[in-house]
Amino acid sequence: MEYEEAKQKIVEGLTKKLKTKSKFYFNDLAEILGEKPREAKKVINKLVEQGVLEYWSSGSTSMYGLTGTGKQASAEHED
Amino acid sequence: MAKHQTPMLDQLETGPWPSFVSDIKRQAEFRKNNQGKVNYQIPVDACDDLLGVLELSYKHGRTHWKHGGIVGVFGYGGGVIGRYCDQPEKFPGVAHFHTMRVSQPAGKFYTSDYLKKLCDLWDMRGSGITNMHGSTGDIIFLGTTTAQLEEVFFELTHTFNQDLGGSGSNLRTPSDCVGQARCEFACYDTQAICHDLTNEYQDELHRPAFPYKFKFKFDGCPNCCVASIARSDMSFIGTWRDDIRVDQKAVAAYVGGELKPNAGAHAGRNWGKFDIQKEVVALCPTGCMRYEGGKLEINNRECTRCMHCINVMPRALRIGNDRGLSILVGAKAPILDGAQMGTLLVPFISAEPPYTEIKETVIEPIWDWWMEEGKNRERLGELIKRQGFGKLLEVTGFKPDPRMVKEPRSNPYIFWKEEEVEGGWERDVNEFRKYHQR
Ligand code: SF4
Ligand code: SF4
Repeated sequence: MEYEEAKQKIVEGLTKKLKTKSKFYFNDLAEILGEKPREAKKVINKLVEQGVLEYWSSGSTSMYGLTGTGKQASAEHED
Repeated sequence: MAKHQTPMLDQLETGPWPSFVSDIKRQAEFRKNNQGKVNYQIPVDACDDLLGVLELSYKHGRTHWKHGGIVGVFGYGGGVIGRYCDQPEKFPGVAHFHTMRVSQPAGKFYTSDYLKKLCDLWDMRGSGITNMHGSTGDIIFLGTTTAQLEEVFFELTHTFNQDLGGSGSNLRTPSDCVGQARCEFACYDTQAICHDLTNEYQDELHRPAFPYKFKFKFDGCPNCCVASIARSDMSFIGTWRDDIRVDQKAVAAYVGGELKPNAGAHAGRNWGKFDIQKEVVALCPTGCMRYEGGKLEINNRECTRCMHCINVMPRALRIGNDRGLSILVGAKAPILDGAQMGTLLVPFISAEPPYTEIKETVIEPIWDWWMEEGKNRERLGELIKRQGFGKLLEVTGFKPDPRMVKEPRSNPYIFWKEEEVEGGWERDVNEFRKYHQR
């Protein structure tokens, strides 16, 4: 999938859900892209590199969110 | 004078054991005195405030750490665990108190100079508190601020030639036993393969795309010094295919008392004279040894490589010469759902570099399956339970083998499909339901 197309899908997909949640599992993203995990990973890595997505981690699990969204970012003054 | 009163924590110092409370108090004093004139980059009283917030947690019976965070170093989705205190006004020294996981050297070999420098780095840019090592094996740096993360990472990669380890839904920092560097029981070079796979799977280590954590551990022999069989999703355990090498003269020397059993490890008390029948032959779990007429015999076909006899008489019994490793999968040691030991998947595989067979026929097909089928936060062992061991054999292409079965008729993993049985079978569900309720 082209990067721009993937970006649009992810940004739209996650923005729609923002009201209820701001952190997503890797599999949620792969599903939005409609790709197998290994393929999805390439473009998701790029989205992180470009600052569209950011990682969130509890230490044991990792999640992804649109950069700067969600409670934590503003609460820690790091957005 | 301590910054905070900590009566409850103080009780933890009264037992006969070393106490982390005493350690942190000592570090708090050390930072305050700053005899080395360290240019501290995070609050001097971080350790005092750490004790303060813990005391408050004990008082309230609830934690004052928030859950997780978005910190990290650029491009890495693991290695840093964000920790934020929810009482930052009371405890400003630990308002941010992030953990960094640092990859440990293979076999945990350090020079004391290297360790000192690591500690100096952490005294300056963190709380100075370390955990050597975490249960995954990493060097753990406890407590720093967001601004220091990139600084520490730069130093580690440029001065220390070291990387961050894994955390989150990543491949975790692979860990190994000392292996051939010091141990004559090692059936393969644990450090070589640990290093190779760590480099090969950098993307899996640093960019999370797994359903949950995944651990590799490498033990040179079934003594399992890094407990791979219990604590790693994929455990590599050294083994041999031929016979245990027996030196009958040395056996006689153990029996005669010239050589000490277990290399003298249990010599502190008087256990009486070494009794080969009682201490070795009778303790062999498969009953495959015999000592008669001054001669020790082993029926190697029945030996499960438990290591007991070799551990007791290392000068007389040695590992075989046709060496490689076994791969077990699915172990985990979680806090919530019960612990699970690894299940044997590959009885024997060569452990020679570049490890292509291990990578292409075991690791990668398993990851593909787990990444596609695994639910969020589901470990490999749980997926194997859910979809069946037979499914794992299907995705990897290994043939079922009696050694994969723990006990006859109690192993729920292997089911036959109709096409696998000659002639197939007819099954009338209605007939079956007459006798068996749902
Ligand atoms: S696991 Fe075996 S080879 Fe590795 S250090 Fe322990 S005894 Fe030696
Ligand atoms: S290694 Fe264990 S199973 Fe094998 S002969 Fe020795 S005691 Fe028996």
